[in-house]
Amino acid sequence: MSLTSEQVRKVASLARLELSDAELSDLGAKLGQTLDYVARLNELDTDGVEPLVHAIELSNVLRPDVLAPSLPRDRGLANAPRTDGKHFLVPAILEG
Amino acid sequence: MSYDVIIGLEVHVQLQTVSKIFCGCSTAFNPDQPNVQTCPVCLGLPGALPVLNAEAFRLAVKTALALNCQIAGFTKWDRKQYFYPDLPKGYQISQYDLPFSHDGHVDVVTEADGGAVRRVRILRAHLEEDAGKNMHDESGRGRDSLVDLNRAGTPLVEIVTHPDLRSAEEARLFLQDLRLLLTDIGVSDCNMQEGSLRCDANVNLHVHQPDGSKVATPIVEVKNINSFRFTEQAILHEVERQWELYQKTKQTIKDAPKSTRGFDPARGVTYAMREKEEAADYRYFPDPDLVPVTVTDEQIATLRGELGELPAARRARYRDQYQLSAYDAGVIIDQGREYSRYFEVVAEGCGDGKQAANWLTQDVQRELNERGLTIATFPVPADVLADLLKRVTNKQLTIKAAREVFGALLEGEETATTARIEAIVAERGLAIVQDDGAIDAAIADVIARNPKPVADFKAGKQQAAGALIGQVMRAVKGADPQQVRERLIAKLSE
Repeated sequence: MSLTSEQVRKVASLARLELSDAELSDLGAKLGQTLDYVARLNELDTDGVEPLVHAIELSNVLRPDVLAPSLPRDRGLANAPRTDGKHFLVPAILEG
Repeated sequence: MSYDVIIGLEVHVQLQTVSKIFCGCSTAFNPDQPNVQTCPVCLGLPGALPVLNAEAFRLAVKTALALNCQIAGFTKWDRKQYFYPDLPKGYQISQYDLPFSHDGHVDVVTEADGGAVRRVRILRAHLEEDAGKNMHDESGRGRDSLVDLNRAGTPLVEIVTHPDLRSAEEARLFLQDLRLLLTDIGVSDCNMQEGSLRCDANVNLHVHQPDGSKVATPIVEVKNINSFRFTEQAILHEVERQWELYQKTKQTIKDAPKSTRGFDPARGVTYAMREKEEAADYRYFPDPDLVPVTVTDEQIATLRGELGELPAARRARYRDQYQLSAYDAGVIIDQGREYSRYFEVVAEGCGDGKQAANWLTQDVQRELNERGLTIATFPVPADVLADLLKRVTNKQLTIKAAREVFGALLEGEETATTARIEAIVAERGLAIVQDDGAIDAAIADVIARNPKPVADFKAGKQQAAGALIGQVMRAVKGADPQQVRERLIAKLSE
């Protein structure tokens, strides 16, 4: 089952991806295949099976409330496309 | 035509931990040094793994218990996905379908002494991480926005109420009670200037129709209000605006989706915020980086035991046990648990709760403000103040003299002790003279030397007694003015 271009466009826009028309139809088919594959799980009878919330059967992994060293500012900012030496810089955000 | 105002609140409260919710970076409020409290976890760098802060979870459960919530025995973490520059991972770690608590309530006293109570049901309280802070260019020239991620990853409890509040004032009272409750149990400082308590208000009207039915207006969410006064103002404005709009357009909840507005404190009005083209689609899914948390009944019982006496119970007890007005009880309880304990020691020690409250809300409060102290660093211990006030209740000192001793205790170099009170009273001759003979002799003398005022008094001029009382007081230092007045008038009336 192939996804429609509209469906692909919506998913792409949620992921902030800009796709050409050719990519939209190509991805529609490919995502459809993936969904078909996953849909095979529907063949299993899951009546009476508790939903699994985590793949690892582990719980209560906690750490004490103590400080650990933070990164020096220049290291924290090192991967940013643009900085003023103190902040991450991003294109002006419009609000209101 | 009339209407009911329907308000529900979403409140974000910052928990008082040392480190962030999923990493060891500091949660200190530090706007002057941006981006010095970050690490690979809160920056969302590839390969970094979050680990839950045990204290954040403990404080969150305490919060929920104080809100009378049910605690889930099993809770998990979800990713709420959206793009915004203050959210480095592209998702916020939050809780979606299995929050750690649900279904509680807070009873808000809506009339100071009338005892009217509004029960506000709590839908749920869940834990999540805070985002960073964006700073926008105010020049209007479209310069870059600046992002500070010091705050990213700070633990927050989001408290969601049912739409049970019925006025702007009730909303403010609810927030004030909530702040008192959460600071009292020590889970948050609720400092609104530093953003430790933030509020969104959902507001609409139920308009009464001639046939007795009610019609709901579209719901408006007013975002990110950061003071109690602004919450009240924003809701008042929103109610007025929606009522006018309804009268013009007759638009109901079925005609328009929920919309989002901001609040401009300078103008006291709400304003439309840019609507997204599509409804928010956060695509929540379980966070594979974090495992679930389970809580046992024993752990819940332990935390419940740690809550102690909550402010509402203390307020009622102060009214019954010490006959305090709701106002005085509120002033004392608002100052926190240590202040309340101090008050109780003074009240028990001097045997007069009202007098203790007067001193705590006036003299002590004033000295604390002027000296920039807290009750913990106040130089007069509770048992010493209790001893001083007991001397007033026992008629050994006048209130005026007690104030003088109190001032001397504060000014003096020496530690404030009961022995010190004794010494100051003796040095300054402040003790009330109980010697009836001396007082009666002075009265007889004053009457003999002042025929005119005595005649005036006998002719019905009550105020003539004032000058005579003054003379007796000067003659017998430390006499109780009340006692002098009574004995003098008795003598004149013979």
